[in-house]
Amino acid sequence: MHPIVRTVFQRLALSFVTLFIVSIVIFSAVTMLPGDFAKSILGQAATPDTVKAFQKEIGLDKPPVTRYIEWIQRVAVGNFGESFASRVGYRRAVADIIGPRLKNTLFLAVLTALIAVPLALLLGVLAALYRNSWFDRTVNALTLTTISFPEFFVAYMLMLFFAVNWHILPSLSNVTPEMELGERLYRCALPSLTLTLVIVAHMMRMTRAAIINLMASPFIEMARLKGIPPMKVITKHALPNAWAPIVNVIAFNLAYLIVGVVIVEKVFVYPGVGQLMVDGVTSRDIPVVQACALIFAATYILLNLIADIISITTNPRILHPR
Amino acid sequence: MSTDRAQANGGGLLLDIRGLKIEGQSDDVWNEIVKGVDLQLERGKVMGLIGESGAGKSTIGLAAMGFARPGCRITGGQIFFDGIDLQTLSDEEQRQIRGRRVAYVAQSAAAAFNPAHRLIDQIIESPLTHGIMSKADATARAIHLFKKLGLPNPDTFGQRYPHQVSGGQLQRAMTVMALVPSPDLVVFDEPTTALDVTTQIDVLAAIKDAIRDEGAAALYITHDLAVVAQVSDEIMVLRHGKMIELGTADQIINRPEEDYTKRLVSIRQIRKNGEALPHAALLAVDNVTAAYGNLLTVLSNVSVQLPPGQTLAVVGESGSGKSTMARVITGLLPPKSGAIRFDGEALPAKLSDRTKEQLRVLQMIYQSPDVAVNPRHRVREIIGRPLEFYFGLSGREKEKRIAELLDQIEMGEQYIERYPGELSGGQKQRVCIARALAAEPRLIICDEPTSALDPLVADGILKLLLKLQAETKISYLFITHDIATVRAIADMVCVLYKGKVVRFGPKQEVLSPPFDDYTDLLLKSVPEMQIGWLEGVLKTRRMASAGN
Amino acid sequence: MTTEAPPLARNAVSPRKTRLGSALNEFGKAPVTAWFGIIVILAYLFVAVFAPWIAPFRESDTSGPPYAPWGGDYLLGTDQLGRDMLTRLIYGARNTIGIALVTTLLSFTVGGVLGILTAVRGGWIDQLASRFVDVLMAIPSLIFALMLLSVFGSTILNIIIIIAILDATRVFRLARAVAMNVAVMDYVEAARLRGEGLAWIMRREILPNVMPPLVAEFGLRFCFVFLTISALSFLGVGIQPPTADWGSMVRENSTLITYGNITPLLPAGAIALLTVGVNFVVDWFLHKTSGLRDEH
Repeated sequence: MHPIVRTVFQRLALSFVTLFIVSIVIFSAVTMLPGDFAKSILGQAATPDTVKAFQKEIGLDKPPVTRYIEWIQRVAVGNFGESFASRVGYRRAVADIIGPRLKNTLFLAVLTALIAVPLALLLGVLAALYRNSWFDRTVNALTLTTISFPEFFVAYMLMLFFAVNWHILPSLSNVTPEMELGERLYRCALPSLTLTLVIVAHMMRMTRAAIINLMASPFIEMARLKGIPPMKVITKHALPNAWAPIVNVIAFNLAYLIVGVVIVEKVFVYPGVGQLMVDGVTSRDIPVVQACALIFAATYILLNLIADIISITTNPRILHPR
Repeated sequence: MSTDRAQANGGGLLLDIRGLKIEGQSDDVWNEIVKGVDLQLERGKVMGLIGESGAGKSTIGLAAMGFARPGCRITGGQIFFDGIDLQTLSDEEQRQIRGRRVAYVAQSAAAAFNPAHRLIDQIIESPLTHGIMSKADATARAIHLFKKLGLPNPDTFGQRYPHQVSGGQLQRAMTVMALVPSPDLVVFDEPTTALDVTTQIDVLAAIKDAIRDEGAAALYITHDLAVVAQVSDEIMVLRHGKMIELGTADQIINRPEEDYTKRLVSIRQIRKNGEALPHAALLAVDNVTAAYGNLLTVLSNVSVQLPPGQTLAVVGESGSGKSTMARVITGLLPPKSGAIRFDGEALPAKLSDRTKEQLRVLQMIYQSPDVAVNPRHRVREIIGRPLEFYFGLSGREKEKRIAELLDQIEMGEQYIERYPGELSGGQKQRVCIARALAAEPRLIICDEPTSALDPLVADGILKLLLKLQAETKISYLFITHDIATVRAIADMVCVLYKGKVVRFGPKQEVLSPPFDDYTDLLLKSVPEMQIGWLEGVLKTRRMASAGN
Repeated sequence: MTTEAPPLARNAVSPRKTRLGSALNEFGKAPVTAWFGIIVILAYLFVAVFAPWIAPFRESDTSGPPYAPWGGDYLLGTDQLGRDMLTRLIYGARNTIGIALVTTLLSFTVGGVLGILTAVRGGWIDQLASRFVDVLMAIPSLIFALMLLSVFGSTILNIIIIIAILDATRVFRLARAVAMNVAVMDYVEAARLRGEGLAWIMRREILPNVMPPLVAEFGLRFCFVFLTISALSFLGVGIQPPTADWGSMVRENSTLITYGNITPLLPAGAIALLTVGVNFVVDWFLHKTSGLRDEH
């Protein structure tokens, strides 16, 4: 087998193992629930009988291994169980609650990534190439400041100016499934802008560091001493070796995007998975929290896997083994 | 011979550096590292630049290309290349000269080749970029040069990637890369320093032939006077950014005028009259086989003995297993089979099973003094800790003993408060020796203690070790790759090759004929301070170098 | 064999003979941003320590009218329950910074000790700890924190422990990586050959050499922890009322922003200013100690 194929399979297997262990951790959340939990969920309806019935319903009477196997089998086909919060009134499957919200969150994340990634790479490479220039220093100070800000501070500042003072953009991003793309983009403008600002700052700094590190390599000095024009030094000598570091920077920051989404959704009351998870935590709606955590973790693992595979497939040492 | 070449190329001055001053930045402060150097090089001639670390020789070499590394700046003087003042040229005009008329060969070829491209693409990149050759012509010329430099399968060699060929081959490939556009000047920056001694000789010969046949002028930068004597017409001796002496290779080697040059020429002349007395062995390595993991056997059935008060030199190249032998003896790597006996008693194989006394009598000195002492400990703590640990000394007693030890290593008490960062490389190595002595050991394992030091400093360390042995009757196990060091210090010699003992016995026997092929190659590969040594050796040796 | 290598590592082993003197000297040469950071940090610490003496009201005094405007008795107005904003801000400094600091210290003790230990010991302990950390890091830490808080409930103790453990994974990675670089040094081998114990090697040989990067990391981790806790509080699952805390204050007063009232930006700005200050100082410290200046 070609070493590349082997290495890729290894990473793939490793990711599956990680996902498996993560699913166990997330599943164990229910097992770790304190004893009085059922009471607090059922509220006034909590009698010894209802508590026992509830515990039986969420499976606390069976051994954990059996429960895990049952749970993971259901999860594998997209069935995350029923929401605790809906227990008192009518019942709703977690999957039904998450489905439309997941689409919204993905929309926001993809929109942000489409703007942020090219912008950050461009700025990062420029800052690295013109390092110690006024451009570099300004961008450095600005991004250092931006990454120090809490996301909600950036969000409210933007809201204050763009929505409240200037009335250019809406302050709430209450999108609905029927909405047209243009309207949707308009509503998503502020949350997306907030996320972009935060992500670009992080990603740009990391890109700059990666490029500077690369440009200090002896083979770059050699290319200069061979009289290769500056632009060609970058495209031909630096770039082929830059994929791995740059891809890692992107993956790391897209993962960061996941976290940012939670807060931004809360600020702009955007109907996404993040806000759902926060509400789930507040009401201790464990099936919802589990489902959200698993989705976020799986995305995170997937992103890192993709970054790994790209790093491997662009590494000449593995591409062309001895 | 060189005059013929010069005339063939039209003669005349190619490189003319006048009053060159370069500053380097450290801690936000600019210090002058090249302090007004003049250098004239005629077409087709080879000038050797020699000096110790910090002499400014690489910086001058790069300045000859109009280039200053980041963190360096040219602050004074002029650099005329073929009559053009390089500093008056624009970046674009300088670029037109680099790679086409002046080329560079770096110390580490492994780092200087781009891992992402095939060798041939990098080698012909320069002439293609400058538009002076067609791709077919450049490739043909590269293959011609591959052949000339003795690279295997010249037609397909270039299709490989840098990580697919050995260090010696890569260094030659870089020489090819420099020569393909037929430059007027090639700057060689320590091209053989990173190579094993038996590989160095072949690369050196290849470089010498190539630049002679191509008629290029060259600046050859190295710290090794014996090496530079083989390839240069003229030699410039540099120290602390200033020129000390300039002369023909013959003058510098045979009739040096300046004191510093004389000292450089006379290094490696220490000779110990080995006296391998028959005696019960202090240290015996019995039939030891050692491996990392289950696969890679590094030592196989090695047996050597070291009599008390004597020095056993273990000599071999990288990969010979000589450092592994030290790890086995110290207990860091328990052997697969065999035993270590010290003073007749078997030493436990594992470090953790040894008693404090067993640890005390066996001390160690390392190759690189920079990483052998903790940068956050003062000299007092470095030397004082073994006193505390083995003998429970403290307070005034400890201070007194530290002072004695500092005296023994020929450093004064004023160093006691210093941190390693405030000491030179040689001083740090002396502190390491003091740390070993503090344990009052019976045997010190010296793992290449001089190979990271400048030649003069290394000589000082060897002299100190000999003096200490005369005073204290201590034994050394001395690991080295350098035959000159073996001559200087050994009583007994063990030659290791690929994990096996090739030769073992008293120094006179081991270093006298008849030789086995490997010992012959090793002995003949050590550059000697003698013009024409290279040619002589190449005619007489029996075995091609192993690592090329 | 190096010849004229640029003086790269000089700073890393800079002499400390006149430590205090050179430290003061360094402060004198510090850039404006670093000075700004130092002043901000000192001011915050002062406010945090002397909160009861500075604040005009008591922490949970609800004597004022809700949402009073700026000026008068209530310099920055009051919140939704009629508590003085300025007082809440001052006590918020104490609570928010205090909790973040305790969390960071805990995270460093756990992550740092484990990281250095595994680097020195190696073997199966190292494998086990590293794989465990890999799994913990496979879930974004805010998500993990949200999940654990939903199970265990949002008490201050739970927040400190959960965030500290999640953050310790990052400290562990760094401490292990840096200590690994030190552990392969010959002076560590020399200590082992001398017969020194594990504790001595960790404390005397490794620790002094991993301190500079760990100190810088402490600043960065503090910012991160501080922002995470603020984010949790902002989301309503962090520090719970009536404890004055900046993240919660933003959430409680957030509706005001839609009327163009900037009051909720004050606690948010307070968080931002401190993290900016710490980041500026860390940036300068890294620049000074790593020796990894851009030029090299």
